[in-house]
Amino acid sequence: MFSPFITHASTVQAIMFKVLLALIPGIAVYTWFYGPAILVSISLASTTALATEAAMLKLRGRPIAPFLSDNSALLTAWLLALSIPPLAPWWLVVVGTMFAISISKHLYGGLGNNPFNPAMVGYAVLIISFPVYMTHWISPRGLGRSELTFPEQLQFIFGGQFPAGITLDAVSMATPLDNLKTQLHSGLTLTDIMHMPIYSYLGGHGSEMVALGFVLGGIYLLLNRIISWHIPVTFLTALFATAGAFYLADPAHYAPPLFHWFSGAAMLGAFFILTDPVTSPTTVRGKLIFATGVGFLTYIIRVFGGFPDGIAFATLLMNICVPLIDAYTQPKVFGKKGNT
Amino acid sequence: MRTLYHFNGGVHPPTHKAQSTQTPIAQSGLPSCLVVPLHQHAGNTAKPAVRVGERVLKGQLFGMPEGSVSSAVHAPTSGTVSAIDMQVVAHPSGLPDLCVTLIPDGKDEWIPRSTTNYLTTPPDELRKMLRLAGVVGLGGAVFPSDLKLRPGARKMKTLVLNGAECEPYITCDDMLMRERADEIVRGAEMMRFMLDAEEVLIGIEDNKPQAIAAIQKALIDNSFGKMEVVTVPTIYPGGGAKQLIRVLTGIEVAAGVRSTDLGVQCFNVATAYSAHRAIAHGEPLISRIVTVTGNVRHAQNFEVLIGTPVNELVALAGAKPDTNGHIMGGPMMGVPLPSDRVAVTKATNCIIESSPALFPPPPAAMPCIRCTRCVEVCPAELQPQDLYWFAKSKNFGKAQEFNLFDCIECGACSYVCPSSIPLVQYYRFAKSEIWANEREKEAANQARERHEFHLMRIERDKQDKAEKLAQKEKAAMAAKAAAAQTQAEPGSGTDPASDPATIAALRAQVRETAHPDAGLTKE
Repeated sequence: MFSPFITHASTVQAIMFKVLLALIPGIAVYTWFYGPAILVSISLASTTALATEAAMLKLRGRPIAPFLSDNSALLTAWLLALSIPPLAPWWLVVVGTMFAISISKHLYGGLGNNPFNPAMVGYAVLIISFPVYMTHWISPRGLGRSELTFPEQLQFIFGGQFPAGITLDAVSMATPLDNLKTQLHSGLTLTDIMHMPIYSYLGGHGSEMVALGFVLGGIYLLLNRIISWHIPVTFLTALFATAGAFYLADPAHYAPPLFHWFSGAAMLGAFFILTDPVTSPTTVRGKLIFATGVGFLTYIIRVFGGFPDGIAFATLLMNICVPLIDAYTQPKVFGKKGNT
Repeated sequence: MRTLYHFNGGVHPPTHKAQSTQTPIAQSGLPSCLVVPLHQHAGNTAKPAVRVGERVLKGQLFGMPEGSVSSAVHAPTSGTVSAIDMQVVAHPSGLPDLCVTLIPDGKDEWIPRSTTNYLTTPPDELRKMLRLAGVVGLGGAVFPSDLKLRPGARKMKTLVLNGAECEPYITCDDMLMRERADEIVRGAEMMRFMLDAEEVLIGIEDNKPQAIAAIQKALIDNSFGKMEVVTVPTIYPGGGAKQLIRVLTGIEVAAGVRSTDLGVQCFNVATAYSAHRAIAHGEPLISRIVTVTGNVRHAQNFEVLIGTPVNELVALAGAKPDTNGHIMGGPMMGVPLPSDRVAVTKATNCIIESSPALFPPPPAAMPCIRCTRCVEVCPAELQPQDLYWFAKSKNFGKAQEFNLFDCIECGACSYVCPSSIPLVQYYRFAKSEIWANEREKEAANQARERHEFHLMRIERDKQDKAEKLAQKEKAAMAAKAAAAQTQAEPGSGTDPASDPATIAALRAQVRETAHPDAGLTKE
């Protein structure tokens, strides 16, 4: 027994649980617009994550029960499932999750030791290896040329078969971000593109509502002091400022900043991915630098890069810098600030 | 309304102070025997001033202060010294230390005492009196008060009196302020006199309204100029000296900086009380107020003679049967006692009887997830998660670079850690390893210096001998030359180098210089 003899601590398990809880509004909206397929990927990813976690813990000779119940593997699974298209073959989810948990988490020492966000590593591996499956998103409710029933979705996920006469292209479409890029390349102006049915008030039809769902969860996390304001606010500001600068310079070819806020994984990233404490800086100034970097890089990759979204690569790039950022942003300690 | 300053972080643990403030301070009385450690202050162990079998009076010197950082120790009552030996003391290590054991004779017969008018006594004299009266900081650090009462490089502005008492469970200062406010403020006035400080600020947390009222009344009664009570917010560790100085004056005293050099000094209210007893009544520090609380039937404060065995003290409060340990101090910074047979010392502000229900064992530690809840609560503005990494990987240089020694071990980081990592233990480990390394380095340095001195002496002796030899040779040659001249005028004289006697003497000398002090190599 050593002091302090009392504690008022939350547990890692409870913290991770609250983050999972905070994802639920976003997932609910997601399910409404895109159908229950996302629930299938989340379940699939969760099962794979827990099994991989258990296997890795066993291999590494670590106690299984406390780590398996810490909810961290589940969180990785949910974030990855939310990042990849809901209508994807089952093995895509399984491969991504296994890679995230085994390679990017456990090979680096497990919980608390991974330098890269595991979910984003999983996403990066999938988008590089299986770009076709990763860029076809199911059309939101009311927009697709044809819509699949849930059993038909299941049939595709587990059997790879569409009902006769339906192709992947018929039930899916490019994401609003991706579509914007291709249409701009084909010479259309922003105003024309924004009048296409897949766009709505703030971003893409449906996806903007999902983003609002994640904002709701993010507010819950902020109020519960699970995350601090520094990373989400700075990231969104940086993204807004970068997008705003381009938009002001050439409004015909660059989307307005709000569009970037409510497209792709910006809100999921702001509140759930960048705020992963293990892979983000610990100092306040470090958090500001890190989030600014991700915001800026996200925009650059989105607009000038070849990938449908920029969050994952921007996060991973800034993850590399975290030790350096921390080392150079050490705050002065009590009595050593030179103000007395 | 005075402007209060803010320090980073802090936590709000449940205070549990009500149970021990229901009844006034009680006298714990004479125990069966008193075991008085000779080292119960920061600095050197006091030198024993009594012999086994000697009859002593209450207040008689047990131990003389030894060296500049030390303090005196006294007989808490009259009786007979039954032993001066090594006994287990109130330290978590359970290691024994030199103690004087006294069997009370029940007469409680005092030494002759005299009162001193501090206003007509030079401050140096007053400081010496405090040193000989064994007055040390009663807030827990037990640093000799006389040393802290020397004015610093700058004119003293503020004397802070610490009545914050931020640790849960502990109420000894609260009760002392409620009941003996008058003597506290008089002691503070004496301290102000010694430091020549402009103002005295008595900081008390806002959860002690009765103590605040009592001190305020004492201030009105005594009407000392520029002395005031300042109500400070209740937050742990707001009663840490550095934190209270910051809150009251805005000054941040860094680790290793003397606060007097920044024009401020801080004493616990109980220390001021003891200083007053020592100067105005000639009573050395032989008792203190101890809160006995936790898993007991009647939590209460006692005025306890130093040396009273903890088991006899807690018996007065009625420890419950499921008691599984004894904590000295509060639940945030206290130390587990090796047994309840150890004696109360000047550092014993509180004894908490623990039980599995009161202090359940913490869950197994999980890895650090860098959530920085520890950073948010750290009053020293450190990066506890980094210090943890460095301590764990024994990267002590880096730990020092990240200001390990600014850690005040308040435990706020451990208190909020969601991974239940015993962070403070890691910091203590790193500090003790660094100290051990430094001691080792110092010892090596001393050995090296000794060795170099040894070589230097060999060289010096060699030179001395060579010189002597040269002189001798010269003298011998001169003598021979003289002899040759007088004895064998016509002869050409013998070459001194070929003289067998001279050669023998030379040989012996060379042998001696080669092994100059075979008998002196042990130093």
